[in-house]
Amino acid sequence: MEFFRQHILSVVLFTPVAGAVLALFIPREKDEAHRVLGNVFGMLGFIVSVPLVWWFNPDAAGFQFKENLDWIPSIGAHYTLGIDGISFLLVMLTTVLGAISILSSWSAIQLRKKEYYILFLLLQTGMLGVFMSLDFFLFYVFWEVMLVPMYFLIGVWGSDRRLYAAIKFFLYTLAGSVLMLLAILGIYFKYYEMSGVYTFDILTLLSATPSFPLALQQWLFWGLFFAFAIKVPMFPFHTWLPDAHTEAPTAGSVILAGVLLKMGTYGFVRFSLPMLPQASSSRTIVAVMATLSIIAIIYGALVCMMQKDMKKLIAYSSVSHLGFCTLGIFALTPHGLSGSILQQINHGISTGALFLIVGILYERRHTRLISEFGGLSTPMPNFAAIYLIISLSSLGMPLLNGFIGEFTILRGVFEVSKSWAAWGVIGIILGAAYLLWLYQRVMFGSVSNPANERLPDLNAREFATLVPLVALALWIGVYPKPFFRYLDRPVRQIVERVNPGYYERTERVNAQPTAPSADSAPAAAAPTKPTARERK
Amino acid sequence: MATKQVRYMEIEAEHHGEYYALMLFATIGMMFMTSGIDIVVQFIALETMAISFYVLAGFLRHDRRSNEGALKYVLLGAFSSGILAYGFSIMYGLSGSTNLQQITVAFTLRAPADVLVLLSLVTVSAGLFFKVAAVPFHQWAPDVYEGAPTSITAYVSVASKTASFALLLRLFQTAFWASRENWTLLVAGVAVASMTVGNLAAITQTNIKRLLAYSSISHVGYVLLGLVAGNETGFQGMAFYLFAYTFMNTGAFAIVILLRRKGLIGDDLEDLNGLSQRNPGAAVLLLIFMLSLAGIPPTAGFIGKYYIFLSLIQTRHYWLAVFAVLYIIPAVYYYFRIVKHAWMREVTDTVRPVASPAQAVALTVTVFISLVAGIYPEPFVRLAGYSLFLPFGPLGR
Repeated sequence: MEFFRQHILSVVLFTPVAGAVLALFIPREKDEAHRVLGNVFGMLGFIVSVPLVWWFNPDAAGFQFKENLDWIPSIGAHYTLGIDGISFLLVMLTTVLGAISILSSWSAIQLRKKEYYILFLLLQTGMLGVFMSLDFFLFYVFWEVMLVPMYFLIGVWGSDRRLYAAIKFFLYTLAGSVLMLLAILGIYFKYYEMSGVYTFDILTLLSATPSFPLALQQWLFWGLFFAFAIKVPMFPFHTWLPDAHTEAPTAGSVILAGVLLKMGTYGFVRFSLPMLPQASSSRTIVAVMATLSIIAIIYGALVCMMQKDMKKLIAYSSVSHLGFCTLGIFALTPHGLSGSILQQINHGISTGALFLIVGILYERRHTRLISEFGGLSTPMPNFAAIYLIISLSSLGMPLLNGFIGEFTILRGVFEVSKSWAAWGVIGIILGAAYLLWLYQRVMFGSVSNPANERLPDLNAREFATLVPLVALALWIGVYPKPFFRYLDRPVRQIVERVNPGYYERTERVNAQPTAPSADSAPAAAAPTKPTARERK
Repeated sequence: MATKQVRYMEIEAEHHGEYYALMLFATIGMMFMTSGIDIVVQFIALETMAISFYVLAGFLRHDRRSNEGALKYVLLGAFSSGILAYGFSIMYGLSGSTNLQQITVAFTLRAPADVLVLLSLVTVSAGLFFKVAAVPFHQWAPDVYEGAPTSITAYVSVASKTASFALLLRLFQTAFWASRENWTLLVAGVAVASMTVGNLAAITQTNIKRLLAYSSISHVGYVLLGLVAGNETGFQGMAFYLFAYTFMNTGAFAIVILLRRKGLIGDDLEDLNGLSQRNPGAAVLLLIFMLSLAGIPPTAGFIGKYYIFLSLIQTRHYWLAVFAVLYIIPAVYYYFRIVKHAWMREVTDTVRPVASPAQAVALTVTVFISLVAGIYPEPFVRLAGYSLFLPFGPLGR
């Protein structure tokens, strides 16, 4: 048990790979066995990550469950794992969505099951590795490793234009990754110049990189930017997303939207902001990032309205939602940052569920065109209920998770720029527009297409994939406090780096004699805003 | 290498004893090339290797492509050997000795921009760049690679290249080191040109051997970048890269050899269709080799490229580094065309390619190195470091 506790991250990380290796020994003809094995290891991957919830201490500073092994001493690369509040939430999201996606493939994948489940499990490990890794080299290896299974998942089990979408995804993401490699090497080498030691250890680098000269920091920021911006994806690097999401099989889309996109924002939060704080908070960069985020929000939402394909619509909605997340990050305030991270989790839940929903329809009718559906709430009432809850969650209805994230982000952004927040609000309105309109066209009214009259409602397995996500959406929406508690410390550390003096200002303002504490929040917002502005 | 040949040559009905004799001659030549410190010895060794390869490339006497490739190889090779000999003669003339150590001393005493030194540099480089198939001396490579028996292609592409690089590196690190600022730009230009031509030309290829030929040209570009950087990491990177390249390229060609049977050469992309269904193991190995060639972690190819990139950053060649990394993208594109045919195309040819035991051994070794040197490169990196110690002392730069 002690071994488990000390090495829990490695266990969580390598459980899916263990499943993949086991699957190698089972002949490909036994595809039932593969299906079962895949699901067992998906569930197992989630189960071994559950103890993290109990053992993780939200009030401790720094990284927990650290593991460190020498890997390539001659270049200073180590096998170092560790999680803080931010990566903890993302790791849990990955294990939950991983288990759910594998379960959702039960009847959707008929051909070549062995390869499918092996690749999916390898992908799981890749994603977990990215979030847990505390060594830059290891991080890069996992980042790239992820690309190959995803390429195959899209290219072999996807729909009509899968080959195009798969290679586009691969090449586009790779382009960003290789530039990130250069930035990593730049940081690595500059640290060596400063200290005489070659190391990729992120904690060590974190302590030294803020003292890099500003010009270098800016170059490094842009190097890292391409990888993360393409991954998120930020406008104008988003064009791979609609193709990849639409053509991927359902489970692929769920994982792609639910987890892979978060790696971009995670990269900004874990690397760009804390390691290059002067660059990240510099006027130009913040302006550029905010502009691109707002364009993503508005443009993404507008394009959604025009879509005829359900999956493409939801894909573009991801662009719009993640625009919120990046806007929150570059507001550089605690609310913006923690709201952004929570919204990433929320997006994983709600958009993951949306893709599951589209997948359910696709399995029944083998079409994704909105015009083919209509009035489905009649034959599929349970489905209609869950779909409605998820739609409301995605658009930000209070009582559900989306609202908490969006509100917190806007609260953080409002401190910095009212106009940005205004644009964000327009994005929320548009979000409601396309999601509700989609729901109306697909579910309400009479059944326009005779083929839809006898569609079966959700079966037990489909329920099992959706209910956990709905439950999470409700939980975060009603009682987000535990989730925010995990984020408090890491966010505080990051904000102290990029926005130094923020906490002193707010505390100073709060310490002024004012009316009872309920009023001090608005009072704090007004005075800090001008100082934050003039500091820039 | 020889393990892969036997069945291949039986199929080709060209199974002659001379084949193995020639391969051994070539091997002797290469061994002397890499360990010699006298330019006459090196030249003789180089010619031994080259002539053996000229004959081996044309070994399929009844195949027009083989004959064409061999003829191009001979003509261009003889020409470049002549130029190389001229360069060597200048080196002798300037120093009065054929011993590399004394040549180095003589060259160091001269001004770095000395005309004769530069002349010898240019001519020697021209000769050696031909051997490694760097731009603009690369024209022979696609035809020779395509026409020669696949196992010879594999051998030429790795062994001859590595040995020639060893010689090149030896010469540049010793005799030409003093005039470094004059040749850095030249080598960088050749490197960028090689990467460009290699990567862009490979995109449209439908013949696997030609595709791998052009990709080899681009790999040469990467290795030359290590020379441009010219620091310890750069040299270590070159050594490791060539080491990894040897195994991954051989492995890739070994898979192509697997496809060979009566009536089917097996070097067209379409011949790979559905390999994952026909022989899943081979398809997985092919994937690993392609990933390693492209430079995707956790393979040996990635570690090699990593060192090259690091050396460029360390020596402040930032733009070269950016170009070098961006060229990975077209590389992935054409390597993944191979993967696409193997994994995502429907089976067009239902015959199951089976590996003979000897071929299985060859494949195991190559894939082992390609993966292990990527996941745990430490021992190999040390090996690469040791290999840089010259017979007359470490570089000490």
